Amino acid sequence: MEKYIFFFLSGLAVFSALMVLISRKPVHSVLYLILCFFAIAGHYILLNAQFLAVVHIIVYAGAIMVLFLFTLMMLNLNIVGEVRKSVLARVAAVIAGGLLLVTLVAALKGLNLSTSLSANTQIGMTSNIGKVLFNEYMFPFEAASILFLSAMVGAVMIGKKEEEEEMTNVQMTNDK
Amino acid sequence: MIIYLIYKITLIVIILLMSLLIAMYATLVERKFAGFIQDRYGPDRAGPWGILQPVCDGVKLFFKEEYMPNTADKFLYILGPCLTMMVALLTSAVIPWGGTITIAGYNFPLQVASSSIDILYIFAVVSMGVYGIMIGGWASNNKFALLGAVRASSQMISYELAMALSIASVIMMTGTLSLQETVNQQHTIWNVVYQPLAFLIFFICALAETNRAPFDLPECEAELVGGYHTEYSAMKLGFYLFSEYINMFISSAVISTIFFGGYNMPFISNLGLSENIVTLLGTAFLFVKIFAFILLFMWVRWTLPRFRYDQLMKLGWKILFPLALVNLIITGIVMLLK
Repeated sequence: MEKYIFFFLSGLAVFSALMVLISRKPVHSVLYLILCFFAIAGHYILLNAQFLAVVHIIVYAGAIMVLFLFTLMMLNLNIVGEVRKSVLARVAAVIAGGLLLVTLVAALKGLNLSTSLSANTQIGMTSNIGKVLFNEYMFPFEAASILFLSAMVGAVMIGKKEEEEEMTNVQMTNDK
Repeated sequence: MIIYLIYKITLIVIILLMSLLIAMYATLVERKFAGFIQDRYGPDRAGPWGILQPVCDGVKLFFKEEYMPNTADKFLYILGPCLTMMVALLTSAVIPWGGTITIAGYNFPLQVASSSIDILYIFAVVSMGVYGIMIGGWASNNKFALLGAVRASSQMISYELAMALSIASVIMMTGTLSLQETVNQQHTIWNVVYQPLAFLIFFICALAETNRAPFDLPECEAELVGGYHTEYSAMKLGFYLFSEYINMFISSAVISTIFFGGYNMPFISNLGLSENIVTLLGTAFLFVKIFAFILLFMWVRWTLPRFRYDQLMKLGWKILFPLALVNLIITGIVMLLK
């Protein structure tokens, strides 16, 4: 049973990942990406990592992708405007992509597939993750939170600055 | 095993039908209630007290002309309402509707899926709710619909934060993400006694998440025609309108479960009834609570005027969000001192 679910989810993930690249409309790409995230969340559940699966959906599909969709809708990219690239750029892109593939194959070739991870591990449970995170990895966790906090403050600062500039612009036009 | 499987499928079907039925009649109750508040009769023509009104509305929606704007993105235009409906129904899977019924040695828990991440699952589903509206609003290729969709999504994202934080303080207190466990812990004292502020924040956010008045800006007629469903007609529009009522029912169920003791009934264990009857009474009592909350949702709608959009954002980000944070910190301090 689990094997079939795995193959279904893998197929779905690969298909939707390909469709992200192939589909012409940017909004469709974003929606396929969301589908891809769901397939990956399914894989996490198969690995008994429930917390990771749900947080993956909440953060990526529920928050980040909403903002992506938001921006795309505002940009109004639904007119299919194909970007023409020069032949040189296309050849370079194909070579770069091919090199990445070669590297990935080389990296994964040495991997021994027979020693699969035990799906019965309990590390994916919420309480276990919490205990590990707040005991063993306390410092990295806190450092990451401070990093996020500073990013948040930075985002707010950028938003604020524009507002002030607008204010000064309005004042300038008023002065004129 | 096979009995268990059949039981689960039956339970799923029952809960699905029940959600639809309750949502259907919630529309009638809403109109009757509005009539009561505005000192007029509600719908009273179809059947005694208008009880056939929802059926008539449904039939009307089915037979209306199916109109589709020719500039719409066809697939996404249809996907929008379907997604909204699906997401509205998804949450009911983890809500414990009652205790356990024992028949012929088999235990049948009245919960479709009990996992250790129920509450997180609810948040995941809630965060998905915005897609149906966004996709539908965008795919209609209409300015008003797009504006409605953008409003809806920014509103939902803003209120999700305060909602999650208010629940986080409850989770800290109970120490579990499982709803079954949360209900069991409220056997004597309900969570709302310890966390009144969290309940208030959660309730306000639930109003905003279900796009109910006073937060129904995505569809405010005065400025946006019909909001995100301007271009929808027939049953697709019906899906959007209907999912609002299902959302209301499910949010009421979640509030009753997390804050108001779920299927726990005070003093029930003193009556000396058999286990199965206690379970059934508990389920009935849960539904009483749910209906009370649905009425509260309606009462709010017909009492308060609509917010202005900047007021809505200010309330979400500058009042509810910090309040939820303070509540979280206070909960943490009290737990540390205890």
